[in-house]
Amino acid sequence: MINEATTFHVVLYEGTDATPIPASRKTALMQSLLENGYSVSSVVTDSLPHTPHTLAVVGNFAATANPRFAGLAQQPLADFSDDQVIAKMETLRAERPMNQPGQWKPWFPVIDYSRCTNCMQCLSFCLFDVYGVSKEGKIQVQNNDNCKTNCPACSRVCPEVAIMFPKYASGPINGEPVSEADVKRESMKVDISALLGGDIYSRLRERSDAAKSRFSKERDASKALAERKKCLTKLVTDGFIPADVLASLPSPEEIQRRAEAAAAKAQAALQ
Amino acid sequence: MPILYCRCAYAQVIPAETKDGVLARLCESGQPFTGVADLCEMSARRDPRLAELAQQAGWKIAACHARAVRWLFHAADAPLPDDAAIVNLRELDVEAATAALLDSPTTPP
Repeated sequence: MINEATTFHVVLYEGTDATPIPASRKTALMQSLLENGYSVSSVVTDSLPHTPHTLAVVGNFAATANPRFAGLAQQPLADFSDDQVIAKMETLRAERPMNQPGQWKPWFPVIDYSRCTNCMQCLSFCLFDVYGVSKEGKIQVQNNDNCKTNCPACSRVCPEVAIMFPKYASGPINGEPVSEADVKRESMKVDISALLGGDIYSRLRERSDAAKSRFSKERDASKALAERKKCLTKLVTDGFIPADVLASLPSPEEIQRRAEAAAAKAQAALQ
Repeated sequence: MPILYCRCAYAQVIPAETKDGVLARLCESGQPFTGVADLCEMSARRDPRLAELAQQAGWKIAACHARAVRWLFHAADAPLPDDAAIVNLRELDVEAATAALLDSPTTPP
């Protein structure tokens, strides 16, 4: 489930009725506001950004209410330190249901749909219900927060190198352009056909025919579990995923239940 | 062209000297621009602000790899216009990134 939220938007205003903010102070304020989770516009004309999410205007203007900023909190800079300005913004934010910086996991997969073939391998591989299927039968990331931090295992099993983790250190998983060599290398690292217990890899490209039989080999529960652990262990050994992911795997029964649920979702989407 | 700057506030994937340096140059330039704390967070939260931003044409976006940025917007149901230009702070230094952002007239965000 996605926890939807929006950001608190602040305008650093230098238009009519205001004097310019010294660059050094503007930089420091910008940096502090951004590090605290706000979005900030530096505005040097009279027009404010068209967003209902702008809640405060900050600038070198008179402390008296300016009708130009009607409906918005107005925070003059004179006589206020940067810390005091930030504190005022925090007070304003606390009054509204908006994002809480840091209350999210900056680790989740992003699908490059220009590469994705909707083969559903990521859905059947991930044991943490990160993936789901849209009403249109398309694979999508549905539970970002379920993703295990620093685990890019699903991107390793994606045959098309279509899954990115933008915070990952190296490419192509971090979003760097994908080369043919990447495609070859990635597909060799983890052979998901072994993971799922048989030679299904080529058939994954033949959606209609494969849909009914693709996941049937998961019925051999013990074999599927053993292969999945073997695959994950290899990923840990090779340094591609942290060891605690392997340690946090559910029970064999739960893995089997989840695998069957994922297979059912994938089959339904591909039929 | 409007400028969007991503602070990448929740990870260390962009060198600190690069993101600090680019931000300082933008502030010194006197050009209008918009900064966001972290595009990844906005995408993860399906932040409606992303859709607002994506409605504007001609963005120059200082963030990370172009493929990641485009699909982060897409993941939030806010696809970027094709004319958006991504300036990759993971690869460019301050001089190169600043030049790419400021070498043509900007418009208010």
